[in-house]
Amino acid sequence: MPGAIYAEGLVKTFGDVTALDGVDLDVPEGTVLGLLGPNGAGKTTTVRVLTTLLQPDRGTAVVAGIDVLKHPNEVRRSIGLSGQFAAVDEYLTGRENLQMVGQLYQLNGKAAKARAGELLDRFNLADAADRPAKTYSGGMRRRLDLAAALVVSPPVMFMDEPTTGLDPRNRQQLWEVIQELVAGGTTLLLTTQYLEEADRLAHDICVVDHGKVIARGSSDQLKARTGGERVEVVVHQSDQIAPARDVLAGFGKGEVAIEEHTRRLTVPVTGGAKLLAEVIRELDTRGVEIDDIGLRRPTLDDVFISLTGHAAEAPPEEDDEGVDATPETRKEAAK
Amino acid sequence: MSAMTDVMPAPRARGGIGGSVRDSLVVARRNLIRMARIPEMILFGVIQPVMFVVLFTYVFGGAINIPGAPAGSASAYKEFLMAGIFAQTVTFATAGAGAGIADDMHKGLIDRFRSLPMARGAVLTGRTLADSVQTAITLLVLAIVALLVGWRTHENIGKVLFGFLLLLLLGYAFSWIGALIGLSVRTPEAATSGGLIWLFPLTFISNAFVPVNGMPKFLQYIAEWNPFSATVMAARELFGNTIDGIPKSVTGAWPMEHPVWASLLWSIVIIVVFRTLAVRKYRSATA
Repeated sequence: MPGAIYAEGLVKTFGDVTALDGVDLDVPEGTVLGLLGPNGAGKTTTVRVLTTLLQPDRGTAVVAGIDVLKHPNEVRRSIGLSGQFAAVDEYLTGRENLQMVGQLYQLNGKAAKARAGELLDRFNLADAADRPAKTYSGGMRRRLDLAAALVVSPPVMFMDEPTTGLDPRNRQQLWEVIQELVAGGTTLLLTTQYLEEADRLAHDICVVDHGKVIARGSSDQLKARTGGERVEVVVHQSDQIAPARDVLAGFGKGEVAIEEHTRRLTVPVTGGAKLLAEVIRELDTRGVEIDDIGLRRPTLDDVFISLTGHAAEAPPEEDDEGVDATPETRKEAAK
Repeated sequence: MSAMTDVMPAPRARGGIGGSVRDSLVVARRNLIRMARIPEMILFGVIQPVMFVVLFTYVFGGAINIPGAPAGSASAYKEFLMAGIFAQTVTFATAGAGAGIADDMHKGLIDRFRSLPMARGAVLTGRTLADSVQTAITLLVLAIVALLVGWRTHENIGKVLFGFLLLLLLGYAFSWIGALIGLSVRTPEAATSGGLIWLFPLTFISNAFVPVNGMPKFLQYIAEWNPFSATVMAARELFGNTIDGIPKSVTGAWPMEHPVWASLLWSIVIIVVFRTLAVRKYRSATA
């Protein structure tokens, strides 16, 4: 049986640009899929197709057991969408925003009102509930946007870069909300450029590049695929690099990499913590004094680079405002 | 934060006209709340036509001689003019609707609405209905200012109100043109100018500000078949502001002979055509 979110062979072109080039997805009910990829990889286009906002040129998609292309309005009853840009009406208060969305989800006036009150409490927005949303901070807006997506507690949720542009504290808070949500049984598809975010929230990860899924699996599986673990040693004195290299060469599964100036040696290994203990004993026997030693596992960044040949681009932070502010600053300075 | 409630899909949408009307009213309410929170938008919407009334009355009024009217009679032109300014004012609803919808697109609100199980045309209908409320307010203020500078009606109140109703209907029709423009451009700024530039030739090549008999022949045809002219003429008749010396039509155009019917027909045709196009565009809208 296909999962709560299922897609097969999605293709979408915009003129000469192929945004989706045969995307397949299968997200089991109650799990989180992280869609990871650089700008323009096709993450947002995938979300737009699955949330009925965009017709694919080819392919099929089924969400919550309903065919997205045949019955889009039925799908809309079962999904919540939280976008990259907090889509709330800034002149309406938080409460009015949530009530409006509730009514448009076809709740009656009374139910929409009650639900809005619940959500405002749950997202710590009760104090600001009757202020226009334009007075909210970035984090508050994002929480309101997420609350709007949860008005009917839909079984399937889509979040397009939910924490892009948030400061670390707000990001942490939003992660907690998302984890709570998934614990309640919601199926979630999440796009992100933050590898840490995918690592932390997603059961499964699909790496997307140029409109294709180029790798999929759990975070651990992807890391294992990239080349397993490495032992990293920092020796106390430069003259101990040579004996240390001999030791590591004996345990390693590949070439020993040496950084002379930091006295750091790295070697790929298999065998985990047990092997690490043996390495330490052997170094001790040879009288090599070490400053630091550790078993290093690849990060999703390593995975990304090895898969796509380039690093995940850092998403644009909210430093746009800093750029905008520059002429102002200059003006201030001129006074 | 309390425990999550169990997941459940939204109630089934009420289909048909009932659901569509309800959803439209929910969106209209949202736009009216916005309007109340941004009063300067209504204010500027009123100031411009008020300036037109005052400027045309006092600056041009003495200089423009209406053929057939007593020479230099400012009051004849004043009465002739008002229906034209009222009609031009309601067409500015185009820019408002266009900019509003383009702004919603830009901010991602249209995406939000399109992902909700709501009636398809409701976002646009709600917007155009709210714009009609704004148009009605503007017309009311404008009528009061016009009365203050000496405009008078010479028909019964029923006819006068019907005249205003035709003006409102024209404004409603034009806001659907604005809706289509708003969905087609990338920025609210483009929607504003895109909603305004073509209004100037449209409203000036008409019977709104001067009688058409002074225009070159080909312009006379355009002016008399201009949908905008039909409503101007209808309102002028219903207000009792026609001038005896001016023939209804110089080209024999049907809309000028039957302006009330022509006004109704034109407005309905515009609504049907542009609503269809705009709703289709909305369904495939991409920010």
